[in-house]
Amino acid sequence: MHENRAVKMKAEGVDFFYGPRQALKGINLEICEKHVTAIIGPSGCGKSTFIRLLNRMNELIPNSRLEGRILLDGENIFEPSVDAVEIRRRVGMVFQKPNPFPKSIFENVSYGLHVNGVKDKKLIEKKVVSSLEKAALWGDIKDRLHESALKLSGGQQQRLCIARCLAVEPEVILFDEPCASLDPISTGKIEELIMELKKYYTIVIVTHNMQQAARISDHTAFFLLGDLIEMGKTQEIFTAPKDKRTEDYITGRFG
Amino acid sequence: MKMKDITQKIGFASLFACMIVTLFFLGAIIFFIAARGIKVISWEFLTQVPRAGMTQGGVAPAIVGTLYITMGAIAVALPLGLACAIYLCEYSPKGYFVNIIRMSINNLAGVPSVVFGLFGLAVFVKYFGFGVSILSGSLTLGILALPVVISATQEALMAVPHSLREASLALGATKWETIKKIVLPTALPGILTGVILSIGRVAGETAPILFTAATFYTRRYPDSVFSEVMALPYHIYALMTEGTRPEQQTAIAYGCSLILLVLVLTVSGVAIFIRQRQRVQNA
Repeated sequence: MHENRAVKMKAEGVDFFYGPRQALKGINLEICEKHVTAIIGPSGCGKSTFIRLLNRMNELIPNSRLEGRILLDGENIFEPSVDAVEIRRRVGMVFQKPNPFPKSIFENVSYGLHVNGVKDKKLIEKKVVSSLEKAALWGDIKDRLHESALKLSGGQQQRLCIARCLAVEPEVILFDEPCASLDPISTGKIEELIMELKKYYTIVIVTHNMQQAARISDHTAFFLLGDLIEMGKTQEIFTAPKDKRTEDYITGRFG
Repeated sequence: MKMKDITQKIGFASLFACMIVTLFFLGAIIFFIAARGIKVISWEFLTQVPRAGMTQGGVAPAIVGTLYITMGAIAVALPLGLACAIYLCEYSPKGYFVNIIRMSINNLAGVPSVVFGLFGLAVFVKYFGFGVSILSGSLTLGILALPVVISATQEALMAVPHSLREASLALGATKWETIKKIVLPTALPGILTGVILSIGRVAGETAPILFTAATFYTRRYPDSVFSEVMALPYHIYALMTEGTRPEQQTAIAYGCSLILLVLVLTVSGVAIFIRQRQRVQNA
């Protein structure tokens, strides 16, 4: 199904448990380089759990357990020799609720550079500006770089979080329902931005909004109760789903 | 008027009355101390050593002593308390054992201060041989202040949204970088509140320094951490219980109370100012 396209990340037989409860059951899927992969499904289907495995964020949860492998460029990111910090630099994440740091706009974007050892002030400044430009925020805030990020609107804050993520030059960007708390206009801007970003980055987006998945993604995976029911080209999933449950979900029979 | 409205009016009125009573007591304390204390306050009172069996001269050594002991106590309590709270909150595995530690720390806050005084006497003064000194007093008061600093810091750390930690980690920061650069600065106003509270408590304590640091009378200023010092709270106590000239001594005691009050309010004021500024930056 992913003809002629390089596979950037791959899940192989992934099971995930919160204590005794199994949240993911034998997930196998491939994420193509410089494509947008959407993960859809009803609440509690495991889609957020899955995306948080891709940058090892779920490790922070006590009593959780993982089986199977997740590959980034063919290397298992859960290998003991692999540093989670390095994985999180290569695989960035934008969260459901905008979560800018209580610092200035500039410091929000430069933070990732600082923690990754960039010292050169000129370089930092250049990267902050270019990241804000790429996140389509520069025009809005170029005169108030040193004001608090918390003064921005919700949509601007989310774009700042995207800029912050871009600054460390990740290879993959994970979006965990990035528009869940935004109004339609801000949502439209974020969607446009994602379409633009896929030229340079591999993108995975979890969304509740099926129209959103249909609009912006190349591939769609449908999760239900911890199982991956169906995955394929977005167009095919939405026009000719192979599984009855996928069809029921996308036509709004449950959700 | 309906019955419900009347009940509501009575409710508001009684709450308002309680607030007025509280304010009255607060105001009365400050007014009473200020009115009586101000009579003896003069430049000489603030800068001279006591003379003529405590009835003349000033209380400068007691002011200096209180400042030293209080600063020493904070210097002990702040790094220890901060480190302890960070460990308990961010690193320790959650569970039964840590809960017991937490409970013990909270209980430590309820231990009567004279017990700390005896502990300080036994351990710092005698066992470690620091003698009756600034060092012993600061250590004793530092331990007394620890629970306040720890619980305030813990609460401030826990109030930092989880989403900020996640955002930092997701950018490739280590846990330590996240704590140092995101969690602590965000929690700073809350931590400062704890420090303010403990400064207030430490500066005014009498019992813990009774056996560990304070002396009734010395003409010398302390020259090292091993010197014994005069301290305002203990000086007030001594003026009111010892000596042969009660009227003059009582007046001086009120003067000392006023100075102590102003000292504590000033320190708190500075800390509140820092906290406000930090909040404005964060907002």
